[in-house]
Amino acid sequence: MGFWSLVVSRWNNILESTGEHILIVVAAVCVAVIVGVALGVVITYWRSLAGPVLYFCQVVMTIPSLAMLGLLLPVFGIGYKTGVATLILYSLLPIVRNTYAGIQGIDPAIIEAAKGMGMRETTILRRVKLPLAWSVILAGIRTAVVMIIGIAAIASYIGAGGLGEFIFRGISQWNLQLVLLGAVCVSLLAVLADGLLKRVEGRARR
Amino acid sequence: MAHRRTRVKSWLPVLLFIGGAVAAAVYFVENPGSAMAARVLTYDHLATLAAQHVGMVVISSLLAAATALPLGILISRPRLRLLGLVLENLVNIGQTIPSIAVIALSFTVLGLGFNTAIFALWLYSLLPILRNTYAGIISVPPGVREAAVGMGMRPWRILLRVELPLAFPIIMAGIRTAVVVNVGTATLATFIGAGGFGHLIVTGIMVRRLQLLLSGCILSALLAMLCDHLLGMVEEKVKTSA
Repeated sequence: MGFWSLVVSRWNNILESTGEHILIVVAAVCVAVIVGVALGVVITYWRSLAGPVLYFCQVVMTIPSLAMLGLLLPVFGIGYKTGVATLILYSLLPIVRNTYAGIQGIDPAIIEAAKGMGMRETTILRRVKLPLAWSVILAGIRTAVVMIIGIAAIASYIGAGGLGEFIFRGISQWNLQLVLLGAVCVSLLAVLADGLLKRVEGRARR
Repeated sequence: MAHRRTRVKSWLPVLLFIGGAVAAAVYFVENPGSAMAARVLTYDHLATLAAQHVGMVVISSLLAAATALPLGILISRPRLRLLGLVLENLVNIGQTIPSIAVIALSFTVLGLGFNTAIFALWLYSLLPILRNTYAGIISVPPGVREAAVGMGMRPWRILLRVELPLAFPIIMAGIRTAVVVNVGTATLATFIGAGGFGHLIVTGIMVRRLQLLLSGCILSALLAMLCDHLLGMVEEKVKTSA
């Protein structure tokens, strides 16, 4: 019963933290989509760059998120900036990789046909390649979003706000209910975001 | 992706990662930068933290493999196909749950300490191994299995000589993912009092000492890259021999 009364009494608090959490995740994903899709497209033209770029993103992924937050902390300082920068870095790999794979996976005959119709390369990219690769890119965005919702919770430790604050405050005050609240909210957010984006993905595939 | 060169994994990066970690440790102990950091950055303490971190990862990964492999084999049996589908969906949902939430939830149940961290890490690394074991065995073509039956192989022999060898590269990939994620999650174990390199990072953030912060970040990042590379080498060896 204690848990539900906590939820009721902290309702405004929960909404505010959830809003903050969603805000930093969305901000990071927006930047990561612009940078990641551009980078993914660029490496389909300069093939020799593809290996190094994908390898770099892979290395970033192996670095523990707390370590990455710590490494960027001296650069961006305490607060949401470090958090957003970290989230952008981590969401790059799935987006770059899927953009690249999505465009590479298009049947060359389709691109030949577009060329034969007299389309310019920029038109092909805008009207043929990106629309066809879109569902694969969306899958990458979903992976990224689910992952950085979790990392954003860790970023609360360096003052980025969000639902992780319940967890860290709960641990330091030995308030188990508060820890539980934070963990449940973050998990729900991740599961819901995954479901929502899966639905968007399914619609894009049709 | 056919055009991508298969990069042969060598021992060189292994030496680089280990050498880098030792060099970083020596550098930070010899140049702590401040009296407060000097108290934390001693060889003894770093060795303890390294042992805690590696210990957590190794114990929880071994336990996870020991539970997930049999379970994955079990749910891939045709008789339990329905259970397999249900568990597969559960695992997919479970994988979207953030690592910090798993640590926090374990803390609410088991309290502070090393064992709680082991439990959380075990639980979290179960999922990728379980999923890949199941997917690997399911992906064995039915024709191959039928051929084995036709040769008069018993179910146990089919499992050991046909299904598992064919599924092994996929299972290995799951173990690699699990271990690398595990190294990262183990840095969070310091929040529930289990030590590890995360201790240096968190202390560094709290007392605002760059040397502490960087030592923890560099050591944990190098450990993750080392594990990734070593298991990548195993994966490659498995793939070429299969």
